[in-house]
Amino acid sequence: MLQRLPHLLGIETLTSEQITFFLDQSKPFQEFQRHPLKKLATLRGRTVALAFFEPSTRTRISFSTAASRLGADTMQLQAESSSLKKGESLIDTVRTLEAMRPDSIVMRHSSSGAPAFVAERLGVPVVNAGDGTHEHPTQALLDALTIRDRKGTLEGWNITILGDILHSRVARSNIFLLSKFGARITLCGPAMWLPREVESLAPGLRRTSRTEEALEGADVVMVLRVQTERIHEPALAVEDYILGYQLTAKRLQLARPDALVMHPGPMIRGLEIDPSVADGPQSCVLEQVTNGLAVRMALLYHLVSGAAADAPHPTKE
Amino acid sequence: MLLIKNGRLLDPASKTDAALDVLLDGERIAKVGAHLSAPGADLFDAKGLIVAPGFIDLHCHLREPGQEMSETIETGTRAAARGGFTAVCCMPNTQPVNDSASVTRGIVERAAAAGSVRVWPIGAASMGSKGEALAEIAAMKAAGIVAVSDDGKPVATARLMRQVMDYCNALDLPVMDHCEDPSLFAGGVMREGAQSMRLGLAGIPAQSESICAGRDVEIAGLTGARLHIAHMSTRGALEYVRAAKKQGLRVTSEVTPHHFTLTDEDVRYDTHYKMNPPLASREDRDALIAGLADGSVDAIATDHAPHHPASKDVEFDRAPFGITGFETAVALGLSELVHPGKVSLMRLVELFTTGPARVLGLERKIAPGEPADLTIFSDTHEWTFRAAESASKSHNTPFDGRAFRGAPMATIVAGRIAFRR
Amino acid sequence: MRVVEKRQLLSAEEISRTLQRLAHEIVEKSGGAGDLALIGVRRRGVPLAERLAKLIRGFTHAQVPVGTLDITLYRDDLSTIGPHPVVQSTEIDFPVDDRELVIVDDVLYTGRTIRAAMNGLFDLGRPRRVRLCVLIDRGHRELPVEASFIGRGVQTTDSEIVEVRLQETDGEERVVLVDRVP
Repeated sequence: MLQRLPHLLGIETLTSEQITFFLDQSKPFQEFQRHPLKKLATLRGRTVALAFFEPSTRTRISFSTAASRLGADTMQLQAESSSLKKGESLIDTVRTLEAMRPDSIVMRHSSSGAPAFVAERLGVPVVNAGDGTHEHPTQALLDALTIRDRKGTLEGWNITILGDILHSRVARSNIFLLSKFGARITLCGPAMWLPREVESLAPGLRRTSRTEEALEGADVVMVLRVQTERIHEPALAVEDYILGYQLTAKRLQLARPDALVMHPGPMIRGLEIDPSVADGPQSCVLEQVTNGLAVRMALLYHLVSGAAADAPHPTKE
Repeated sequence: MLLIKNGRLLDPASKTDAALDVLLDGERIAKVGAHLSAPGADLFDAKGLIVAPGFIDLHCHLREPGQEMSETIETGTRAAARGGFTAVCCMPNTQPVNDSASVTRGIVERAAAAGSVRVWPIGAASMGSKGEALAEIAAMKAAGIVAVSDDGKPVATARLMRQVMDYCNALDLPVMDHCEDPSLFAGGVMREGAQSMRLGLAGIPAQSESICAGRDVEIAGLTGARLHIAHMSTRGALEYVRAAKKQGLRVTSEVTPHHFTLTDEDVRYDTHYKMNPPLASREDRDALIAGLADGSVDAIATDHAPHHPASKDVEFDRAPFGITGFETAVALGLSELVHPGKVSLMRLVELFTTGPARVLGLERKIAPGEPADLTIFSDTHEWTFRAAESASKSHNTPFDGRAFRGAPMATIVAGRIAFRR
Repeated sequence: MRVVEKRQLLSAEEISRTLQRLAHEIVEKSGGAGDLALIGVRRRGVPLAERLAKLIRGFTHAQVPVGTLDITLYRDDLSTIGPHPVVQSTEIDFPVDDRELVIVDDVLYTGRTIRAAMNGLFDLGRPRRVRLCVLIDRGHRELPVEASFIGRGVQTTDSEIVEVRLQETDGEERVVLVDRVP
């Protein structure tokens, strides 16, 4: 029997068995998304704190919907209203949250390692919803679920990740995850966002700055978000990015005919991806969103129910 | 009078390694010899221990004036005494910056009143260490500084460095530089490499240090001034130092215990592994150890940088750089350099005594008439370092709980026992 | 604590006969097999529902749809569920609206499982009628739940456990009463 996870801080330290377990556990929740009545009472009376220290719409809504469909309440802390602006330290902010007795804290933060820092200090399960340029584990899980659903298995595909690899937490988590399942991963992007050290993230990674070469024979193409703030400094001309790295229909033809196109969103059409590809039959973008709900429900259920078993809830006699 | 008997005397200046006793009379050494006796003198039995000249730390932060929450001259020098240091050079990045004779005098007076060991201040090279106008270096020298530095950052420009060096050359003061190219440093928090990639932490390339060291060596060549590369952490900078020494330039360097002990592979999401310069690659670390052994590096300096716990209990990228270092330096030197056979015991003592003394233009030896500053240590004593028991006000160290073989056993400053284990 | 077998409640032969009787009762009391659908509760309700459907097909030639319900998410005992609960899929690929549903489970005890099962079902739609079929009713109800179709009623004490062992899930075919002895 697999051990219950106390937190989900990253993919790197998970085993392939643990990952498979989560993907399997997401299955019932995928079916659940098709129910007419999308509300469970499973986590009724439980509270999930959503501590987003960095602005986020998609991931926050996904987690908050996942929690509410499980019947849990949410407490939301958002960057704009955050007391951090008033100079409060992270640890004081999360201790304040903890004092309101949430059953789990879902956290996004611009500092790599911030969820690990919090998890070390609090007695509540912590979910990393994206930390700096480190990891975004639930994104990698939902991507894996999408690949497994579409292709029947997760094992052994040619995966191409396209974009700003250096600064992408999505890329890191996906590299960690897919390499545990024998994927042949090709990383592609402008050279300064693709330093030699990326090869140390997992064995057998291939690195190229030539998009055409990277796409050849790909079973899955993951397009990363281009963070425009990085385009301004250190300057890379937008026109150059489009010319060299936009996933166009023509380029996609170099991949296998049944190759999947994935994007973690938010997507800038016409920058990193051509609209016809984003909306094309190979695109899984919307499935990724739906699967995100299933993965996050499975995860919250696992962490909160497990923690409840460890320490009976005070309201339960 | 204090008679230190039965010890093994190690004196690098005279290459002495023998069973000799030392008799101290007031603030001076009175006699050195075998089987000394001094009726009426206090006795220190150093059986099984090593008696060495007083250890000097070229690089520390005592945080006074201005950041007394993190450290004071009183607590910092108490920690230094516990670490075996009889004299410490404190960097000028206090609040206010030690860029004037009045701040220097304040430090000197405070040290005389509350210090456990000698405090030798280092003055700022530029006013406010802002990298613009020169600080009142001559006035500070008159007040007691032993070197200048804008530590915490490099002397801002090559042109300013040229002026500082020219000026200090005339004053016979060494210029200590914190080598870093700010544009390459670019908000980094650890050494760039596989580990920074894995942790998703902004990396600082090794060249940030070596480029600046290269600049400094060039200007040392131009001016003929005394240049000291502070807390050197890369092979690149070391090569510049080696080349400069070969050319006969007056260039010296120091390495910290954490840089010869740890590497970037040790970095975790624990701000006790965040320091500047950052922990280097294994190759760099090994090169530094070779430099310590072959004389390219002149001194071991702690870069003792206390930070109040609240300031370190934050996200990695928001934490200040630096760790405490006084109380673990000697033990790390013994465990990491001497016991594995990388550096001889005599060489280690040099790196703590004659080496740093030479950087400051001083001598360090055990001979009649010399100051009665001695460090007595054991190379076998087994103990575990506990940050909570440290004399420092701050406990920001990655070495908490580390077991050691070898420790400072007594620190004697001006004939007075400042610390005894 | 040790578990000892006290006696056999049903043999393979008896299980088979009991199921045949239940199949007939279900059809009879549902006014035919037309709108009928069976919902097996994981785990042992699932093979029982499948067997009942097969039996019904045998004498009515009607294809009675069978769904599978996992009640993990509907349980009311999160704190005692164990440190590592596993959710399984609910597979009900027909609309439940206006159906004559029969929930099938192996043992009826406190009634909490059935309460959970009904919550799960109602999340899927609005059946016309929901009834319950169990192989063993062992009493000790904690909720107002009763079965419409009962294979065998058994008097038990609280410390006793009714174990239904089926070929599909356990590799043998019998029902036994076991007891926990300190």
